[in-house]
Amino acid sequence: MAGKFFFIDTTRCTACRGCQIACKQYKKHSASKTKQYGSYQNPLDLDGNTFRLVRFSEHPSKENSMVWYFFTEACRHCLKPPCKKKVDQIKKDAIIVNEFGAVLYTEKMKGLEKSSKAIKQACPWSIPNWSKEEKQMVKCNMCYDRVEAGLPTACAKACPTGALNFGDEADMKKLAQERLAAVKKKFGGRGEILDLEDVRALYLIIDEQAKYRPVA
Amino acid sequence: MTNHWIDIRNSDCILIMGSNAAENHPISMKWVGKAMDKGATLISVDPRFTRTSSKADIYAPLRSGTDIAFLGGMMNYILSNNKFHKEYAANYTNASFIVGSEFDFKDGLFAGYDPKKKKYDKSKWAFEKDGNGVPKRDLTLKDPRCVFQLMKKHYSRYTPKTVSSITGTPEKDLKKVWEPYAKTGAADKTGTIMYAMGWTQHTVGVQNIRMMAMIQLLLGNMGRPGGGVNALRGESNVQGSTDHCLLFHILPGYLKTPRASNDSLAAYNKKWTPKTSDPLSANWWGNTPKYSVSFLKSMFGEAATQENNFGYSWLPKIDDGKTYSWLDIFDEMYQGKFKGFFAWGQNPACSGANSNKTRQAMAKLDWMVNVNIFDNETASFWKGPGMKPDEIKTEVFFLPCYTSVEKEGSITNSGRWMQWRYAASKPPRGCKSDGDIMVELFEKVRELYETDGKFPEPIKNMRWDYVKDGKFDAHAIAKLVNGYFEKDATVKGKSFKKGTLVPSFAYLLDDGSTSSGNWLYCNSYTEKGNMAARREKKDPTGMGLYPEWSWCWPVNRRIIYNRASVDLNGKPWSANKNILEYKDGKWVGDVPDGGWPPMSNKEKTKRPFIMKPDGVASVFGPGRADGPLPEHYEPLECPVPKNLMSSQRMNPVAPVYGTEADAHLSCDPRFPFVGTTYRVTEHWQTGILTRWQPWLLETQPQLFVEMSNELAKLKGINNGDMCKVSSARGKVEAVAMVTGRFKPMTVQGLTVHQVGLPWCFGWIYPKDGGDSANLLTPSTGDPNTRIPETKAFMVNVEKLGKRRA
Ligand code: SF4
Ligand code: SF4
Repeated sequence: MAGKFFFIDTTRCTACRGCQIACKQYKKHSASKTKQYGSYQNPLDLDGNTFRLVRFSEHPSKENSMVWYFFTEACRHCLKPPCKKKVDQIKKDAIIVNEFGAVLYTEKMKGLEKSSKAIKQACPWSIPNWSKEEKQMVKCNMCYDRVEAGLPTACAKACPTGALNFGDEADMKKLAQERLAAVKKKFGGRGEILDLEDVRALYLIIDEQAKYRPVA
Repeated sequence: MTNHWIDIRNSDCILIMGSNAAENHPISMKWVGKAMDKGATLISVDPRFTRTSSKADIYAPLRSGTDIAFLGGMMNYILSNNKFHKEYAANYTNASFIVGSEFDFKDGLFAGYDPKKKKYDKSKWAFEKDGNGVPKRDLTLKDPRCVFQLMKKHYSRYTPKTVSSITGTPEKDLKKVWEPYAKTGAADKTGTIMYAMGWTQHTVGVQNIRMMAMIQLLLGNMGRPGGGVNALRGESNVQGSTDHCLLFHILPGYLKTPRASNDSLAAYNKKWTPKTSDPLSANWWGNTPKYSVSFLKSMFGEAATQENNFGYSWLPKIDDGKTYSWLDIFDEMYQGKFKGFFAWGQNPACSGANSNKTRQAMAKLDWMVNVNIFDNETASFWKGPGMKPDEIKTEVFFLPCYTSVEKEGSITNSGRWMQWRYAASKPPRGCKSDGDIMVELFEKVRELYETDGKFPEPIKNMRWDYVKDGKFDAHAIAKLVNGYFEKDATVKGKSFKKGTLVPSFAYLLDDGSTSSGNWLYCNSYTEKGNMAARREKKDPTGMGLYPEWSWCWPVNRRIIYNRASVDLNGKPWSANKNILEYKDGKWVGDVPDGGWPPMSNKEKTKRPFIMKPDGVASVFGPGRADGPLPEHYEPLECPVPKNLMSSQRMNPVAPVYGTEADAHLSCDPRFPFVGTTYRVTEHWQTGILTRWQPWLLETQPQLFVEMSNELAKLKGINNGDMCKVSSARGKVEAVAMVTGRFKPMTVQGLTVHQVGLPWCFGWIYPKDGGDSANLLTPSTGDPNTRIPETKAFMVNVEKLGKRRA
């Protein structure tokens, strides 16, 4: 099977959170008791039951007075996953990369509670989290079971706007370049694709990355 | 919608105003995105910078309740800069009509106002007619009494400066919106409007929409791909329920509800069948008697005969001049004038304006039945906040029912598509479908009437042939909605056997040979099958009409008034906007609005707006309760002492109710901030279906109040603080969401702050979720429709000092 990629066009995302909920539904994850703390974003961050989270960030802007950016965040499925590098030092092949590039946390990850902080820190985006229910570090697994069955990931399937796309590497890269060109034209040359050479989740953004998500 | 969802992609300029489409109609943004990919401009006008605004090329704020001023200014801009589509306006609208000499407009009032009755004598707004009774026209649009010139004069008062001072929109932002939208007056461009409750829920709701419809007509955008006036319905089947007479003033298919004075079928038909003396007007509503008799045959079957006027006397009548809307029902219920109430598939304790009044009203009933899926604030109102259960006499029955996906049937979407659905999953034990509940209920009522009961005829004679083995049969009812030949008949040269389904409403008759539960749906379920169940993906025009996917009223016409999409010779106004064309003596494309040849064929043609008695669209609308031209009035409650446009502060004919629960305070220092309500993507209406859904609740767990940084500072409120929001009628506790997406506005030189709250929460669940924002809203509304004014009212916001744990 060809390598799989996500392409996320943030300029199209309306923050409907279809992807966030579809992930929970497909994974049969339970919900946390949350509270309103003065933002649309909820839960506050990725957690053991939240593999995909839509981040909401508003900033003043010259045009239209405001910008409100939405960023649907999940594991990037790195081509050379730093989390795997870290875990391999502790337990060889507890993390594997499957034939289409999904970075998978196997059963062997169980019991590594003491290393959980280190594993999280190894990830450039602090994606993995400890799951109390599963007693191991967890994160998006690219819906590998769906993909093997020829289906799109649950999150991509749910996206109504074309913001969150999933498919073969060549198709996604082509789409990404097309959209980048269109977006640059529209936004006066602004627009970039993040980490193009390193990850399987390509994000198209039109402003500083820090305006979309917290960066370390 | 005059158009449909997919058609949004054909637009060159999309105005989303009175709607937060990205939030409440998320899928619509797919089509908006497709239009933008082709270069369309997206404009968002909203008091608050929303999810929709975040995707817009242009955003402009305005104060809630001032849309007519904003659009009146746009109209002024279009007219004074000659941006309108002249040929279209002159030929397809009543812009050229000469208005009678009695019409006048002075200081906010149109001619014919009776201050005692708070009503207009609309005869003062009539057109001048020629010797044959046809309205006089001046196609050059120069006559000073023609509609066009009157409009020009009327809207010349809406200068950018005045508009800005009313709406709080900076002048530069007004132009930023007006200019690109007005460009769609070019023949090869179309613009569309997506609106929702942000326009309807005002004391000037109908006129908000009329104002935009007038702009669309003058720009030549009606009937055309990428154009139209598009209401985004608030529930998946609002369109269907309206078509099938959800509202008190209409019967199915927008036939009028009989008034007491319509004392015979003949009198009814005479009163409600519009007439025309213009040979070029099709005046389609001239067919009213065929539709009303066919409706009666669907109601009373064999019992409806020529001799008994097809059972007309068995239909309920409403008193002349009296209204029976939601607001009226709850006003009377509050005054103890109702015994019983079916709250069917709804949650009025949270959904209706002025919830305290609604909740108190229900305590005055003898009984109430709530048909619903989950327990809710209505079914349990008697144990709600402030209620004393042992003092409430109302006996409440809760009937658990199927959800929409557990039963077969149709829904009609905003784009008028009737879509058949099969049952997707099995309902839990102990629940019943709405249809089955109705069947059981009716059969019991009929049984009681057999032995006892006054005036049993309507009940005993009710046609009842769509129950199979004691169960409601959705197919049988859909067929009756379409209609049958009730006897052998020959129509338009074709013979039909008794019992055959009528192919389309053109075959309906007024002599009792046909039945049709809703003439507009005649053609939906024919001898060819259930049209709504079709799923063919052909798109012959390439314009996204998909004519064989489901079915659409009327007669599968995907864009209504589509004969206005072509010029007088039947050619599309521009080649890139071709959904219909007159070629080699016939129409090709969408189902045309009548098969007559185009206007250049002066002998055989009919004017394109066939539902209007004059055959043209009304930019001057002499039928509305509040005047033929929209005029800005302030909401019932507003932050300014006067209306800059006239000395009529509020709509002079809007209903105001007088019980002690109807307190309202305008421009009062105790309630200094403009309030509005809205929905969120994550919850459905009052949240009755979604608050019980843990994943959704996780994303939107508690009531919040959005406010600007400036207001928060003024009130010492921090983001996340608990606040009390109060109005003259009630209060709620909400978490402060302090945001740059609301900004203070300058209105009449004063700084005005606005706040907003979603109305999807209720006290029953979750316990820490907060209560309905409708506890704040007033019981007043539009004089035409009586929709409540829940989008603009006055509140106060105070910090409660404790953050909710
Ligand atoms: S790919 Fe699957 S697991 Fe990963 S975020 Fe999407 S839905 Fe969740
Ligand atoms: S489903 Fe698509 S549009 Fe909705 S939040 Fe996710 S990425 Fe954005």
